[in-house]
Amino acid sequence: MTQSPTLSRRSTQSGPAPLRKSKRGGVDARAGYTFLLPWLLGFIALTVGPMISSLYLSFTNYNLFEPPKWIGLDNYITLFQDERFLQSVGVTVGYVVFGTPLKLAAALAVAMLLNSKRRGQGFYRSAFYAPSLIGASVSIAIVWKAMFGDSGPVDQGLSFFGINLGGWVGNPTMTMPMFILLTVWQFGAPMVIFLAGLKQIPNELYEAASMDGAGPVRKFFNITWPMLSPVIFFNLLMETIHAFQIFASAFIISNGEGGPAGSTLFYTLYLYLRGFSDFRMGYASAMAWLLVIVVGIITLIFFKTSKSWVHYSGDSK
Amino acid sequence: MTTMATPTQSAPEAGTPAYNPKSESVGAKRAKSTAFHIAALILTGIVLYPGLWMIASAFKPNSEIGGGNTSLWSENFSFDNFVTALDGIGGVSTMQFFTNSLILALGAVVGTILSASVSAYAFARIKFPGRSVFFGMMIATLLLPFHVVIIPQYIIFQQLGLVDTYIPLLIGKFLAADAFFVFLMVQFMRGLPAELDEAARIDGAGHVRIFSSIMLPLMKPALISTSIFSFIWSWNDFLGPLLYLNTPEKYPLPLALRLFQDQTQSSDYGAMIAMSVLALLPVLIFFLIFQRYIVEGVSTQGLKG
Repeated sequence: MTQSPTLSRRSTQSGPAPLRKSKRGGVDARAGYTFLLPWLLGFIALTVGPMISSLYLSFTNYNLFEPPKWIGLDNYITLFQDERFLQSVGVTVGYVVFGTPLKLAAALAVAMLLNSKRRGQGFYRSAFYAPSLIGASVSIAIVWKAMFGDSGPVDQGLSFFGINLGGWVGNPTMTMPMFILLTVWQFGAPMVIFLAGLKQIPNELYEAASMDGAGPVRKFFNITWPMLSPVIFFNLLMETIHAFQIFASAFIISNGEGGPAGSTLFYTLYLYLRGFSDFRMGYASAMAWLLVIVVGIITLIFFKTSKSWVHYSGDSK
Repeated sequence: MTTMATPTQSAPEAGTPAYNPKSESVGAKRAKSTAFHIAALILTGIVLYPGLWMIASAFKPNSEIGGGNTSLWSENFSFDNFVTALDGIGGVSTMQFFTNSLILALGAVVGTILSASVSAYAFARIKFPGRSVFFGMMIATLLLPFHVVIIPQYIIFQQLGLVDTYIPLLIGKFLAADAFFVFLMVQFMRGLPAELDEAARIDGAGHVRIFSSIMLPLMKPALISTSIFSFIWSWNDFLGPLLYLNTPEKYPLPLALRLFQDQTQSSDYGAMIAMSVLALLPVLIFFLIFQRYIVEGVSTQGLKG
């Protein structure tokens, strides 16, 4: 069925070649934008438009019921005098700074353990990955809260070793370690990515290093780390950005309040409370834009500093 | 994705093993292997413990959970907690919450598959002015904290009278707002040989034909990964429903769990954990069936970033 129209078309079109080419360009532009339409609509209506309007709102007082009132930089100035805001910054930065490197260190260590041709590797890989799939869910937040609660299994287990911390959930100094453990527990996703990266390092490099008498530590710093650096960079960037946005677990574990004593008042939780409990939407917009700016600066710093430690070997593709 | 994964993943396995065999005796090798398995099994135990504890607790009477039982076994296993959990909360049955979650998740899958594949085809296979600029913007949205758009989006949907409907939760899926999936499909399509569409073009096929009868069938692996992940993400989503849904009859499971938590206040931990298990069940089943797909998908996509 496709054969006959094909032949006839080809014979008729073989003549005016240049005309056909210019025509194709026009058709492609139209086709391109037609196919791109869903994304383009979403991009304009759900991303660019809202971004501009939240930038505007961040300079206003707006409570959803009265028209926004322009107040200039007041929201941004108030933010830095708002103790709860400063506390939320502290909580979130602590979580990002300690949680992300620990998670990635665990991911890399386990990936190196699994990077060998051994039986059961697939099983271990899947088992370690599983928490990444469910870790951010409400169910796991509830389980975490139960496990780390008063006389929960964690408390009981530690008491067995003579460590009596009591429940972590109600103790302001222990909530952060609890959240860090929750993110480290989800080391599986970056681990899987590390593992794929490790498999691409040519084995000859290690063999040559062995012949030169290099030990495991030197092999790690002189071969594994530089060869894996693009993957490390990718994981570090993505995990850092994600860590800033933790919400569901914080909301559930603290009953949407950020307690005890504000120790779980993560940035996004405070943003939510300001915007959707107090309906101070201008203020919340200022918080959102500050987050965008900070994440943007961090991304920029990552990319700038990456030149000194991330190695892209030309022919490794 | 799988086609791209094959060369990178099979190459080292075909070559020499990761450790140097000639410097080790058989005994040393066996000892090393044993040590590996002991370490890996201990780690597996630690990693799986919260999940196993959750499942075991769901079958335990309240007295044994509240009493700080670390054990994964009980003499008094029963289904009582599940019976309570299935009763639901606030006059709405748990089956209703399940149905709501399912509607949202399936809607997300359909919307994402349709919109992301079409948009990805434009990025990967059609040359048009502005393509690389838009592509860069699409990548930038991958890094953008989405909290910057939730307030204006809420205001828009509120003014359109769409709060407390599923439309705000689904419309983004039909407009390829999850840039991750567009990116995933672009990467996959770029891996398909260009000769395919060139041949089809010579045969007079237009973009619609090339997309629907050449690209889509070949993209099956990418479409499957996208379906799995968009289903699971929608199933677990909490912030979206929290913002937009007010009536419990419309709640998906994560919101129902939160309602349950609010109303029982740890008085019935057993039922709450049973409900948490029920809420995770589809995800766990998905994972058991598609684990290879999911794990391979993560490893290749990560590297392509």
